[in-house]
Amino acid sequence: MTAPAKVPAAIVGPGNIGTDLLAKLARSARIEVTAMVGVVESEGLDRARAMGVPASAEGVDWLLRQDPLPRIVFEATSAKAHQANAPRYAEAGIRAIDLTPAHLGPMVCPAVNMPHHLDAPNVNMITCGGQATIPIVAAVSRDAPVAYAEIVASAASRSAGPGTRANIDEFTQTTARAVEEVGGAERGKAIIILNPVEPPMIMRDTVFCSLPEGADTDAVGASIHAMVERVQQYVPGYTLRAEPQFDPPSEKWGGCGRVAVFLEVKGNGDFLPEYAGNLDIMTAAAAQVGELVAAEMTEVAA
Amino acid sequence: MSRPEIRHDVRITDTTLRDGSHAQAHQFTVEQVRDTVRALDRAGVEVIEVTHGDGLGGSSFNYGFSHTNELELIAAAREEAKQARIAVLLVPGIGTVDDLRRARDAGADVVRVATHCTEADVSPQHFGVARDLGMETVGFLMMAHRTSPEDLAKQARIMVDAGCQCPYVTDSAGALLMHDARARFEALIAEVGDEAWVGYHGHQNLSLGVANSVIAAEVGVKEIDGSLCALGAGSGNSPTEVLAAVFDRMGIETGLDVTALLDAAEDVVRPYLHRWPKMDRNAITQGWAGVYSSFLLHAEHAGERYKVPVPDILRRCGELGLVGGQEDMIIDIALDLAREREQG
Repeated sequence: MTAPAKVPAAIVGPGNIGTDLLAKLARSARIEVTAMVGVVESEGLDRARAMGVPASAEGVDWLLRQDPLPRIVFEATSAKAHQANAPRYAEAGIRAIDLTPAHLGPMVCPAVNMPHHLDAPNVNMITCGGQATIPIVAAVSRDAPVAYAEIVASAASRSAGPGTRANIDEFTQTTARAVEEVGGAERGKAIIILNPVEPPMIMRDTVFCSLPEGADTDAVGASIHAMVERVQQYVPGYTLRAEPQFDPPSEKWGGCGRVAVFLEVKGNGDFLPEYAGNLDIMTAAAAQVGELVAAEMTEVAA
Repeated sequence: MSRPEIRHDVRITDTTLRDGSHAQAHQFTVEQVRDTVRALDRAGVEVIEVTHGDGLGGSSFNYGFSHTNELELIAAAREEAKQARIAVLLVPGIGTVDDLRRARDAGADVVRVATHCTEADVSPQHFGVARDLGMETVGFLMMAHRTSPEDLAKQARIMVDAGCQCPYVTDSAGALLMHDARARFEALIAEVGDEAWVGYHGHQNLSLGVANSVIAAEVGVKEIDGSLCALGAGSGNSPTEVLAAVFDRMGIETGLDVTALLDAAEDVVRPYLHRWPKMDRNAITQGWAGVYSSFLLHAEHAGERYKVPVPDILRRCGELGLVGGQEDMIIDIALDLAREREQG
């Protein structure tokens, strides 16, 4: 029996994110990156060529002239570029995995809701803080109703690019919405802090969930541990800094109790530095979504 | 863009009802806000800041939930103020432009957009919306001891270019010694002084808030913050009533009525204080180790919960280089210290 042929995929956007994603997908058993696409010649295109991946600075026009076409495209450009490109991918029957803040398709987190969106033509990877924290919110809300969940993401200043900085509200608003819609909290809030300390801090995330009186904290704790293991399958550097901390119901929390979960996200150091766990978890999660989609495609074909 | 008219030598902004919110664990009531605003307004204070201690949208597990929604407090303050402008704090990453629009609707006249001293480029979005809303704008460069005067001035330039009318040297940790403060005031005035005012926000952790304010006024800083009874994070802010008395002695016009401020501090604010901010072991440690003043109550709480010494927590915060907003890390540090203690 021979291994099934790999699913051809393209990466559009040869920046740091696209290059890191390429390094991750190079290890994939199911996906073969057949194109790296930019709009100007760049180091990223050269790096792809050095790895033997065809690369072009002629944009999506070039990509759509290729034969065969890729079946999956990873968009690592900007929200504006993806808005322009997405209809063209759709018309060509190419599935889009969107790492930009365009949010045209459903928001997905591979450890939480990916099975529901395996056939969506376009899925969105939410935000880095969302990929790190929503699994935990989902793990808690599976065992206890979460009226309110709050996440705090701390990232090294060097890992926050100009796009994030120019529209930081987009991070807090999108992540808060995903904490509700994907994580399962009734109400969500997100906070992001950039810290310039040198050497750069490794990405840290804290998740606070309210718990009703009498919640089964043993079950919630076990659920959190199981979820961390699940995320570790595609983000090896995803760890609990400490055991989940349970606080009893309190007047100051409207009679609710609370669980606090402290996470560290160390990057895999593929192309991006280890401290940039916020960027690594985006590329790792996108690669994992690609794996799941490719597996589905391969199985359907077989 | 023009800078706002300043009618006296120096304009004092009172932040009892915003920075003081930290010391009050964000439990301000409408009545306390009304009484305080009325007293400040009568005493001639021209800008009064009213917001959750961590700014708009700060009510949270991480920073503490507000007793009363800040928009109600802002609206109450607006009703009471006859001549004073009402300011709000906005920390990008915590609050959003939607929060700002709601605050504007509730009656806020001035927004103070606060970033860590090296991260000013997260603020242009908020300054842009503030100017569109017709608000006066101030920029807080927090933890100003964490960068050089030259780099702080470059960050002030980013804010001014984005629509900020008055960047502040914000000594969130109360860590700036007098020569450090002066160098930063002078660097900012040299960089943006032709287009914008420069401000100073001090904390008393090393007892230098008032002293640095004197230097500020001498070198041309036009906006200076204070709080009645020093009510603010850490050892509190430069007391407004002391600033008024000192500037009066110096012959620096502030338009403030010293006697009315002394009465406001003693008769209005002191009765509702949960604690009178003071230079105790923990707060001094914050100034000494360069720790964000708002961490104080959170560190005290974590110290009690995990049975570890609060100064140890605060010193670790300084060693790790935590910045404003990272209150969650205090629990994390307390857990580490507890683990280290168990391991002997």
